[in-house]
Amino acid sequence: GSGGFRKRKHDNFPHGQRKEEKENVNPSSALMTSFKSFQLELDTRHDKYERLVKLSRDITIESKRTIFLLHRFTSAPNGEEILNESEVKLDAVRRKIKQVAQELIGEDMYQFHRAISPGLQEYVEAVSFQYFIKTRSLISVEEINKQLIFTVENREETTNMTSNSHDKQPHTWSLKVTPVDYLLGVADLTGELMRLCISSVGNGDIDTPFELSQFLRQIYDGFTFIGNTGPYEVSKKLYTLKQSLAKVENACYTLKVRGSEIPKHMLADVFSTKTELIDQEEGLS
Amino acid sequence: MSVSDMFIALQGVLTADQDIREEIRKVVQALEQTAREILTLLQGVHQGAGFQDIPKKCQKAREHFGTVRTQLESLKTKFPADQYYRFHEHWRFVLQRLVFLAAFVVFLESETLVTREAVAEILGIEADREQGFHLDIEDYLSGVLTLASELARLAVNSVTAGDYSRPLRISTFINELDSGFRLLNLKNDSLRKRYDGLKYDVKKIEEVVYDLSIRGLNKEATGGVGGEK
Repeated sequence: GSGGFRKRKHDNFPHGQRKEEKENVNPSSALMTSFKSFQLELDTRHDKYERLVKLSRDITIESKRTIFLLHRFTSAPNGEEILNESEVKLDAVRRKIKQVAQELIGEDMYQFHRAISPGLQEYVEAVSFQYFIKTRSLISVEEINKQLIFTVENREETTNMTSNSHDKQPHTWSLKVTPVDYLLGVADLTGELMRLCISSVGNGDIDTPFELSQFLRQIYDGFTFIGNTGPYEVSKKLYTLKQSLAKVENACYTLKVRGSEIPKHMLADVFSTKTELIDQEEGLS
Repeated sequence: MSVSDMFIALQGVLTADQDIREEIRKVVQALEQTAREILTLLQGVHQGAGFQDIPKKCQKAREHFGTVRTQLESLKTKFPADQYYRFHEHWRFVLQRLVFLAAFVVFLESETLVTREAVAEILGIEADREQGFHLDIEDYLSGVLTLASELARLAVNSVTAGDYSRPLRISTFINELDSGFRLLNLKNDSLRKRYDGLKYDVKKIEEVVYDLSIRGLNKEATGGVGGEK
């Protein structure tokens, strides 16, 4: 239909002519051959991206669950058990990260960074939360990365993951959490610490809130020191961080003011829970 | 390590990162300037008189690509070679534009689509990621899509300048390009958005060819090289 083009606007019309054109194009011309290879290249890239997005989502979910588990730590009497369980969960997360690292062997990590960044941030949050509960300090980015160096100890596990890259696998490979992912993860951590603070007040624990407010203040100072050197996302988190800090500081204020007003019989309760907690911590170290 | 020490270290890393970006931006600015110059040069072909000395214009444009090569050479030294995609956004736009310009020159010279390897060679970079600073496939394809809209414009202006055979050749070329792009499974990203514009270029060129055919102007020109019938 040579007169058909004017009706091209209507989507249903041009099919007849399109077919004709297609026949005019030689399917084995140089151009078509190169576009076929582009198709392959793009599909491979998109597939890898999708696999990484899926892994990242799994990492996010498992890390969130670990955080929920760790929130039970202060309220439950079996603290050590919970910590062990969280370690098991984090190991599972690290196995996922190992798969991510495997996908990225020989690739430029930043090419796929957008796919994996949310998962890594959540992992930083979980692992630093656990580290805080254990040691009452902030885990460093080096420490995190040290745990993300993988070796091929168990052969059978690696064979069924990716078969094509199997023969040229190096003996160790690693994934590095970028400074920005680390910072964003730590910023999220402060939200968890705020929740921990409020719930520990609820449990009658009057030491943890003060410890937490000091720790949060240090982190807040750190973030203000970085200020707008960092990327946009970091400065965005600063606002939430400030709110968390304010909540914790207010909780401490209330504890200080009302501390003298707590009736004697309740104080006994408060102190008994406190000593219990200290025992648990000693049991860990 | 105390919390404040950690943040001091991180701040150092971020500052270093910013310095690199600053350096990259400077070079990219120079590249954009060169790209504009080449574009101005090639824009001449749309003018009536410009059709006569296309080879000369291409020749001059190719000389300018020498500047591009040295500028890209200096861009390579501004950041670690294995972190290409970390800073990719900075030069993505200008690289796409340069691909378009190179593809335009090659089309004007030989009326073929420049290969990815050939563009890489014109720009003095690699076609393959493993070998260093390279041309990303999506950037190459984006540049080619820009060429398509430029050719739609060229088809119109050729007719105005009295060159009735060029639109027919452009039509064949664009149709082949369109079939090529239809082989690709594009994701819903910027490349896909630009590809969606290709059909309008195809349509425009078909309109020009139609106008020529109903007036019998295509036969007079070439005897139907790549014509519709």
